Amino acid sequence: MLYREAGQFKTSYEADQSIFPIMQDRWGIAAILAFAFLAMPFLASEYFFRAVMIPFLILALAAIGLNLLVGYCGQISLGTGAFMAVGAYAAYNFAIRVPELPHLVTLLLAGGVAAVVGLLFGIPSLRIKGLYLAAATLAAQFFIDWLFSRVKWFTNYTPSGSVAAPQLNIFGWVPDAPSEKYLLCLGFVTVFALVAKNLVRSRIGRSWMAIRDMDIAAEIIGIRPMHAKLSAFAISSFIVGVAGALWGFVHLGSWEPLAFSIDRSFSLLFMVILGGLGSILGCFLGAAFITLVPIFLNQVLPELGIKLDTATVSHLEFMIFGALIVVFLIAEPHGMARLWQVGKEKLRIWPFPH
Amino acid sequence: MLEEIGPFLEVLLGGLMAGVLYALVALGFVLIFKASGVFNFAQGAMVLFAALTLVRLMEVLPFVLAFAASCAIMVALAFAIERLVLRPLVNQEGLILFMATIGITFFIDGFGQTLWGSDIYTLELGLPKSPWIILDPPLPGGILVSPVDVFAAVTAGALVAGLAVFFNRTKVGRALRAVADDHQAAQSVGIPLNTIWLIVWSVAGVVALVAGMAWGTKLGVQFSLALVALKAIPVIILGGLTSIPGAIVGGLIIGAGEKLAEVYIGPAFGGGIENWFAYVVALLFLLFRPQGLFGERIIERV
Repeated sequence: MLYREAGQFKTSYEADQSIFPIMQDRWGIAAILAFAFLAMPFLASEYFFRAVMIPFLILALAAIGLNLLVGYCGQISLGTGAFMAVGAYAAYNFAIRVPELPHLVTLLLAGGVAAVVGLLFGIPSLRIKGLYLAAATLAAQFFIDWLFSRVKWFTNYTPSGSVAAPQLNIFGWVPDAPSEKYLLCLGFVTVFALVAKNLVRSRIGRSWMAIRDMDIAAEIIGIRPMHAKLSAFAISSFIVGVAGALWGFVHLGSWEPLAFSIDRSFSLLFMVILGGLGSILGCFLGAAFITLVPIFLNQVLPELGIKLDTATVSHLEFMIFGALIVVFLIAEPHGMARLWQVGKEKLRIWPFPH
Repeated sequence: MLEEIGPFLEVLLGGLMAGVLYALVALGFVLIFKASGVFNFAQGAMVLFAALTLVRLMEVLPFVLAFAASCAIMVALAFAIERLVLRPLVNQEGLILFMATIGITFFIDGFGQTLWGSDIYTLELGLPKSPWIILDPPLPGGILVSPVDVFAAVTAGALVAGLAVFFNRTKVGRALRAVADDHQAAQSVGIPLNTIWLIVWSVAGVVALVAGMAWGTKLGVQFSLALVALKAIPVIILGGLTSIPGAIVGGLIIGAGEKLAEVYIGPAFGGGIENWFAYVVALLFLLFRPQGLFGERIIERV
């Protein structure tokens, strides 16, 4: 009854083009943002920030980056973990080698480096696609894994190969309490989600979608595939790189190359598939799901009296994710985001049948 | 001169043997891709699952019975995959099917280890452990060859010969080739698509079992077997996704190239290049010949 757009007229082009055309949606988003920015820092516990909110936000950011590439441009990537690694190590090297740079600039520069690397590994996409491209991005994953574990310059010659990030300092603000770290991540995610949402509604986003739907046809109607594909790789890698830098600096603090292995790539791909290919909202849903399931299995099941050893739990996780991927691809290829949308459509006419 | 040839040949031979093992895994990929156009990422998981099944069954059964039972289980798995995953996803894009097989991979990995346990098991096939020394008279010290590798090479050879006969000389084989060429045309002349898929996935399951046996005797049956599949991907890219000889030749090239590169170029890069060398070779190859060495030309229509 409440969720109804009757009486909301669009009287200008701007109103017609707004991201949230329905007033209730605008209020809803505003309420969520206000809660996340103003109330959450005072309400949640330290554990909740550290184990749930911070990983969720950073992974959602990485998933947004990946979704631009896979969901909007149709170029599959199994090397997302590697691009996160590039961001994290680039930020680390900028931070310790050029300490006079403001850290905000460092984080963005790290994204820039990841964008360049992504561009480089995106070049094969001009000739190949689908499975072949998946193999090419796997090459990126293995090569970059090797690079950071073997070439000592990147890890600043630390004997163990693991690096410790310096304390972040954003123009004098030192976020070291969990709630402050959370706010920093939230800020990044909000900005990038907005950028991504607008990007995919723009000319460049439409050219990505044309390429995704059929690249030869897109080329014939005048979209330059090189432009579209490489820009998708660059922008996606930029966001993924920033997420990687945040993952290293904010979430992990100190890390080794294993932190960005192929498992990370797969779990990000799962977030995007489960959440919804080609949906920004889906990135958040997918990231929340993938972050929460292991916590649920580890924390909640024992309390219900079901005792499982850790090995079984991790195998169970594998099975659940695997089965869910298949179920979603069969039942709802557009993921949870579509379920949400269907729910909203139902709500609009409720309680009447039509 | 002879002193240098010895180690070189040994590395080369070792690489070729490893290549045969990659080819065994690659064969499974090619079979399924040929018949259904699905790039089956789960092949590695199937190798792990088959090897685990065999090794655990051998604890209670003699080898022949355990092998037969494992074959039956792989066929059952193929049946389940065909019914539960492929049939509902018929007519979907390749990318969707590919992602579905990633899901299958995770499921089988978890399921196999929940069912059979996740320890490291040793697979004993009664092969001699000590390496054979060949070519001793011409070369000082000779060359060491592992019997396990020879066994794997012979098995792979027999398997390929058998598959070649199966594909070219039997009625089912001809139907398989027809399906590979064009699903709809094959269906319209009365070839039952679902049965064909079931057969192909079963054959791929049995190939996975053989590959699992070969790898299992070499490395022990453990989770890392599933990762072998990742090594087989450059092999099929090099050889071409649709060619059985391509899988073998690609496997040999990648195996030998990888080992030689590790020994002769590796030290200059700090070692460990084995992990990505194959991929980079495949990647460069893709830029010049996207269909691989023996693959069919990729033609697209709008």
